[in-house]
Amino acid sequence: MDLRAKLAILADAAKYDASCASSGSKRRARDGQLGDTNKIGICHSYTPDGRCVSLLKILLTNYCIYDCQYCVNRVSSDSPRARFTPEEVVRLTLEFYKRNYIEGLFLSSGVIQSADHTMEQLVEVARSLREDHKYNGYIHLKAVPGASEDLMAQAGRYADRLSANIELPTQRDLQQLAPEKKLIDIHRTMVQLKVRIAAAKEEQRASKRAPQFAPAGQSTQMIVGATPSTDAQILTTADSLYRTHRLRRVYYSAFSPIPHADLRLPTKSPPLVRENRLYQADWLLRFYGFKVHELTTPDDPQLDLSIDPKTAWALRHREQFPVDVNRASRELLLRVPGLGARNVQRILQIRRLHSIRLSDLLKLRVPMARAKYFVVTADHNPDSLRIDRMNLRSRVVKPEQQLNLFEVAVSAKTGEI
Amino acid sequence: MTNAVHIQRSFEAWRDAARKLIALDVPPDAIAWIDDDSSSLLPELDLPDAAPSAFQVPAEFVGFSRLVACFRDPQRWALLYRMLWRLTHGEKQLLQDATDDDTHRFFAMHRKVRLDRHKMTAFVRFRAVQSEDGSEPHYIAWHRPDHFILRLTAPFFQRRFASMKWTILTPDESVTWDGTDLRFSEGVPASQAPAGDELETLWRTYYANSFNPARLNLKMMRREMPVRHWATLPETEVIDDLIREAPRRVEEMVKKQTATKCKSTGSAADFLPPRISLPQLRDAIQGCRGCDLYCNATQAVFGEGPKDASIIFVGEQPGDQEDLAGKPFVGPSGHLLDEVMEEVGIPRDEVYVTNAVKHFKFEPRGTRRIHAKPNAREMAACKPWLASEISVIKPEIVVCLGSTAAQQLLGKQFRVTKSRGEWIKTDFAPRVMATVHPSSLLRMPDHDARVQARKMFTHDLNLVAKALRKMKASA
Ligand code: SF4
Ligand code: SF4
Repeated sequence: MDLRAKLAILADAAKYDASCASSGSKRRARDGQLGDTNKIGICHSYTPDGRCVSLLKILLTNYCIYDCQYCVNRVSSDSPRARFTPEEVVRLTLEFYKRNYIEGLFLSSGVIQSADHTMEQLVEVARSLREDHKYNGYIHLKAVPGASEDLMAQAGRYADRLSANIELPTQRDLQQLAPEKKLIDIHRTMVQLKVRIAAAKEEQRASKRAPQFAPAGQSTQMIVGATPSTDAQILTTADSLYRTHRLRRVYYSAFSPIPHADLRLPTKSPPLVRENRLYQADWLLRFYGFKVHELTTPDDPQLDLSIDPKTAWALRHREQFPVDVNRASRELLLRVPGLGARNVQRILQIRRLHSIRLSDLLKLRVPMARAKYFVVTADHNPDSLRIDRMNLRSRVVKPEQQLNLFEVAVSAKTGEI
Repeated sequence: MTNAVHIQRSFEAWRDAARKLIALDVPPDAIAWIDDDSSSLLPELDLPDAAPSAFQVPAEFVGFSRLVACFRDPQRWALLYRMLWRLTHGEKQLLQDATDDDTHRFFAMHRKVRLDRHKMTAFVRFRAVQSEDGSEPHYIAWHRPDHFILRLTAPFFQRRFASMKWTILTPDESVTWDGTDLRFSEGVPASQAPAGDELETLWRTYYANSFNPARLNLKMMRREMPVRHWATLPETEVIDDLIREAPRRVEEMVKKQTATKCKSTGSAADFLPPRISLPQLRDAIQGCRGCDLYCNATQAVFGEGPKDASIIFVGEQPGDQEDLAGKPFVGPSGHLLDEVMEEVGIPRDEVYVTNAVKHFKFEPRGTRRIHAKPNAREMAACKPWLASEISVIKPEIVVCLGSTAAQQLLGKQFRVTKSRGEWIKTDFAPRVMATVHPSSLLRMPDHDARVQARKMFTHDLNLVAKALRKMKASA
């Protein structure tokens, strides 16, 4: 099989992994060498599905001994198989990188022979890039759960980021769809990584020359919609991953038995919207001071698909609104629908100089269609008097906006909610 | 009166002039800033060479101004100077007020230049130009930035591609890195960009395959990758094809997915229409999930022929061609059946043809689909359709072609080999006969056997023709 045919198969097989970030690392350029990493990642291209192409995201091989039901590479699937040699991956990465197509490599793999054997191959690619080719670009490696401590240690030395996928939110889900995987193994791997990442950070603080270990941290991915687990369960799992394992990012990937329900059934909520709502909720957990239990209710453990989780929360807690933008605390401002974290920061600055009026919010490009009901400004804002109206929900959510996948996707990406 | 201040297009030139102007206490509205390469009728203001007096502005202002100075709009110099004037004349906090008109424009320009710089780091595409002496290639890119950002962005490429020799051409200016120094030179038009690079084929392959057709979101793509940059991005060549093919690919994905997840009920009876007529049955059958066969076939193939047909021919199941065409007996065995019917004188327009099972059952073998025999469960599940067809048409004669059809109508014990050509009376038709399926003739390996088999088949159909003629005579 020629290189192009392999690339077609192994890129296709890797595209279901949602993470694409190339950010958060700080690998310096060196004189006469190739590559560096940026604090903010760069998307070199976008595919027609609106997704960022930042890394060469491929599998080393899509042969796999396991049979996870949600995965295209499972042993029982009839997809065509291919396998790169480590040298081929190294060459592709370097050639793409030199033409400025990519920020680096994201290498994952089906499990061949054993966890150790698979991990060894991944590590070899990263080692060759760093040592043989003096390459300082981004490398994200998959951490195969169950691989030896020693291999993980090597992987972290070469890679900017490592990720062990949690795959599904609960042990029950895993049992059902990926019986060979054990939540406990995945957690063990994550803990191992956490400890090493923290230790390396500590040593770096003491001496700049101490070796790095996955400086961009670890991330994971959860598949959404393959099992009946609720958004409340998914967010609980994500929240605990952030807190206990210090993950940089949890990625959510919509699984859809009929992947394009959104094209065929435009009136039904597609899993893509759910995926984006989860991303929005995820931002709220990390940067807006929300707690998991605030995002859903005991009666309805699912996120509202037609409005963003922050607006949904505000509608449930109207007694807290309207909020005076000239006086309210940062915490409260962050809870106003449409006021993103960046704008809250600006508002706090501006109001020290002069009082804020409606026109000021417009200049800050606050989405007023949503926000105007929830804020009091220095001038008269008639809409803030409508906060207790029964039909506020329908005013905030214009029917034609309900499933504006585009806007939802932008907000899910930027974290401005 | 207003005076002109000519400056070169650089932040440093503006800064030098502005320092002197502040020292001379020249207010913003007393001067017009003119780019060096444009002319003006205003009298030129003479700036003394003397060292300007020192004053303090926030470091943030200097940092941001560097980017604003690259904005492609002659007004930027005046804006910068006005801001500087205000900062040094009692409005130290100016930058904190993002809603002040000047500050707002200042930040907007800064944002656009920063974005343009970011997009340049993303969208520059080097093409390797092989050198004649076989040493490392020279990498050349042509890029059209929105603003004057080449000098601002060059250090990024210098750091990242330190080990390579490269050149970035833009319409305004160009820059070359030779491994030690950055050298700037004239801008060039797009026509001077190097021709393709063979790696681009691999890059397009990667791009096309990392796209998930089930998640089409063109608006997002165009927002992040503006169409004006597409000309220099080799991967965008395949976008049209990707979009055009997306629906078909999604359909395939759905089929693949559902292939492993068939949800059948066990009987076609669950899908029969409320009123039994041929048009209604024909409609309803496309929704049938009586057995798992619906998952992988293209469509259900319903019977065809007049509602008052006197003969029904029942085959086994649709074949590959029937499955695609949606009509029974259009493939090779259909042609053979037509031939023999004509030979023995069975008028085609009195015949209704259909199958015992309505969906194509097959095993995938590479790109081909090999016919597979329906099992007892599938036959039982599908029987209501055939029974309904017969009950609507009420034919005089039913001919079962092959053992599947025969067993479907005459019971499991029925053996075509033993009882072919015999007339049987049943409650759904006065005369039922079974013979072989015409496809069995086509499959015979040797010529003599085939001739013999065809003779026997013709003989059986002859019996049918005779019975038909006798029936008509007595009517
Ligand atoms: S182990 Fe990974 S590649 Fe293999 S089937 Fe499971 S999810 Fe897919
Ligand atoms: S083969 Fe018959 S029973 Fe099975 S799905 Fe098709 S029409 Fe329904």
